[in-house]
Amino acid sequence: MSGTANAFFEGLSRFDVKRNGHLIGGLKGLRRSAFQWVAERGFPTARDEAWKYTRLGPILEVPFELAEPTVSRRLSAGTIAELAGDLGGARLVMVNGYFAKELSSLKTLPKGAQVMSLAAALAEEEEQLAPLLSRPFREQPHAFTALSAALAEDGALVRIPANTTIEEPIHLVFISDTGASPLVSHPRCLVLAGPGSRATIVESYLGIPGDVYLNNAVTDIVLEEGAVVEHYKLQNETETAFHIALLDVRQGRGSRFSSHSLALGASTARHEVRVRLEAEGAEVTLNGLYMPRGEQHLDNPTTIEHAAPHCTSREFYKGVIDGHGRGSFDGRIIVRPGAFKTDASQTNKNLLLSGSAQVDTRPRLEIFADDVKCTHGAAVGQLDAEAVFYLRSRGLPHGAARDLLSYAFVNEMLRLVRVEALRSRVEKMVAWRLGGVEVAA
Amino acid sequence: MNPQSEIRDFTNREYKYGFVTDIETDAVPRGLSEDVIRLISAKKNEPEWMLDWRLKAYRHWLTLEEPRWHNVHYGPIDYQDIIYYAAPKPRAAGPKSLDEVDPAMVAMFNKLGISLAEQERLSGIAVDAIVDSVSVGTTFKKKLAEVGVIFCSFSEAVQNHPDLVRKYLGSVVPYTDNYFATLNSAVFTDGSFCFVPRGVRCPMELSTYFRINAADTGQFERTLIVAEDAASVSYLEGCTAPMRDKNQLHAAVVELVALEGAQIKYSTVQNWYPGDKDGKGGIYNFVTKRGKCAGANSKISWTQVETGSAITWKYPSVILQGDGSVGEFYSVALTNNRQQADTGTKMIHIGKNTRSTILAKGISAGHGQNTYRGLVKILKSATGARNHTQCDSLLLGETCGAHTFPSIEVKNPTAQVEHEASTSKIGEDQLFYCRQRGIREEDAVSMIVNGFCREVFKELPMEFAVEAQKLLGVSLEGCVG
Repeated sequence: MSGTANAFFEGLSRFDVKRNGHLIGGLKGLRRSAFQWVAERGFPTARDEAWKYTRLGPILEVPFELAEPTVSRRLSAGTIAELAGDLGGARLVMVNGYFAKELSSLKTLPKGAQVMSLAAALAEEEEQLAPLLSRPFREQPHAFTALSAALAEDGALVRIPANTTIEEPIHLVFISDTGASPLVSHPRCLVLAGPGSRATIVESYLGIPGDVYLNNAVTDIVLEEGAVVEHYKLQNETETAFHIALLDVRQGRGSRFSSHSLALGASTARHEVRVRLEAEGAEVTLNGLYMPRGEQHLDNPTTIEHAAPHCTSREFYKGVIDGHGRGSFDGRIIVRPGAFKTDASQTNKNLLLSGSAQVDTRPRLEIFADDVKCTHGAAVGQLDAEAVFYLRSRGLPHGAARDLLSYAFVNEMLRLVRVEALRSRVEKMVAWRLGGVEVAA
Repeated sequence: MNPQSEIRDFTNREYKYGFVTDIETDAVPRGLSEDVIRLISAKKNEPEWMLDWRLKAYRHWLTLEEPRWHNVHYGPIDYQDIIYYAAPKPRAAGPKSLDEVDPAMVAMFNKLGISLAEQERLSGIAVDAIVDSVSVGTTFKKKLAEVGVIFCSFSEAVQNHPDLVRKYLGSVVPYTDNYFATLNSAVFTDGSFCFVPRGVRCPMELSTYFRINAADTGQFERTLIVAEDAASVSYLEGCTAPMRDKNQLHAAVVELVALEGAQIKYSTVQNWYPGDKDGKGGIYNFVTKRGKCAGANSKISWTQVETGSAITWKYPSVILQGDGSVGEFYSVALTNNRQQADTGTKMIHIGKNTRSTILAKGISAGHGQNTYRGLVKILKSATGARNHTQCDSLLLGETCGAHTFPSIEVKNPTAQVEHEASTSKIGEDQLFYCRQRGIREEDAVSMIVNGFCREVFKELPMEFAVEAQKLLGVSLEGCVG
């Protein structure tokens, strides 16, 4: 761990004093101890295995100011619809990590279902939510979960009661509007899916070009018995921004969870996914696409923990790396003693498009039970020369052939996105990044 | 007998090389200090530069901390409670031929199944046998000398070929490399040295047999193999140790240098005492092995069968510097009872069109923990580099573990890197099939395990392949779940 002698932490320390003044009751102790933890332990370095491939240096050099609830002058409900798209369901908008009511549109939900600001929920039932909120820090303490525990005040709470289905995707939009000085926000989301419930959650992260900010986001999803949750995350931060996120999932008996991560934006981003399969018969699918280019650095650590027998996990991540970009995938599968009949598979494929592109991949298996079926595979390569030649022989310029083939490589991931409105948005974004490949509608 | 107990019996077989031979030894006092190093150096009548190198390493070692990143667990090692030099007491000045070697020692090697005299006559493999820390006899020296191959103990090489040793020692594993390699650089006592001159194809397999005999000693040997342009050599290494209930440290260093067009094949069957079934005693095997394909189109191939040691910590690696050079790693690692292994390889691609293949098979039984840890690194200069990695694990029993930690780092877009891994247990259907054909459960397990390892075994020289298969059988008695 590196110390705390950096502009980032010194900036935060100034604010923390002010913060502790108006914090809400029960979480105060946690916030203090979490902040103290960072002060003592500092930030991870390249020597920490789990952070080996994450470039934190540039983040720690920025003297961020702590975000506060503000009313954005630059944003209106109209611009949000344009920037984030309308997926047809409820939309909760957070500006700099704080709920912005005037920008959100909350549709009628089934009885008992809640989609609301976390701050509002905390005001009502802090004691109930406190143990859930502190969990990521308690179970895997590092500087960023600690800062989230210490400083996160708002975000989203989604609660789906037992045997309830919410058809339309719930869209959580995190938009950053920093103004003059660099800001750090700590958005915090909780999704509680009751037994037999079904829902689709979409998280979109975006910002205004040229702004410098850091999103330190933590999302918890708890699936009770038989719940089915589909989760999408579109990370499209502006390329001057930073993004560090943790998605922490716990699954009950027979539940099904899938997550699709689409990492396109930010200068440095890390999207960590941790899934714990806690009871028999749970199934998880993790898909991911990362497309660093320019000087972007996109990091994708994942951990799937098979803690119970008869669980299934499928993981599929693809990377397309261009320019001086750097992408990394670190996939860990742990099979605990007694988790027999585990079926786990993991695949990571990478396409390097330029001479300066770089990729690091670590598919890891840790297995403590014997009756299991686990496989993993990783591949790094370039475009097939013959395929390029074929297209060129049909009159396509080299650049277009390259873009078309890259798009085909990526399309396999895009097709897995089942929310129509989201898929067509992402298809366009990806096509645009790949030099304007035309996408058939 | 039911399959469970069959496997248990199979896995419970005991270590049969655990005898102790009473040979008078000449040892230095316990502990490590500059004085001890000077004493070792003086005993070996070493030149000044060698002593300086050792002292530099020792001073550097004092600044290092024992690594903790690996996936093995053991109590603290008291480096002051180890005897750093133990040599069988010579009856005369030193054996000039096998006839002069201590009969007790020849008997010991016979017991191990490597009779030096037999080997010399029958199998045509040149053997350098090392007991505790010192080379006790090298066979076939004369025949090798005729073609210009130098194969002798490290101490002899320091005396007789100082220029060669000085040129290559530490050129692949510098004395600053890592905690255990640095310790070895300071205190290494003997080992083998092999030099194959330009264009020479070594006429026979070279082999070294290591044995730790004396109690409370550490074994720190150092092997250096140099193959000049277009030379080739195949080298075998075997190890055993007596059963003692105290852990003994083995920290060896192996350096290979392959110049243009040279080929080195290095095979190991490691069968150090693994400790008893409760994990008491056994060898801590912390070894640094690395080869450098310095010249174009050179090739280094590591094959290892790791069945012994309480703890194995070793990563035979290849630095692929020359254009078109090839690195290979074939490994079978078996952990039974309380054994722990953290082993794998590093392939560092620097030159153009370099290729590497990794094939690692891990077998865990009992409470064994088996880890594959590997790194494939393609540097920016390595245009057209190619790697294929496959690591498979076989689990026998509910309390063992198999782990894979491969890292792939690619900085050149023309590289093609593939990694595949799988973990499974012996299928009930496979066993049933064998049983149905009248094959005993135990034989069936052994057969399936041997089949699982076949791709690696076929890389071993024939005599070793047979030994490896037998060893696997012995180490595994009793394992289907």
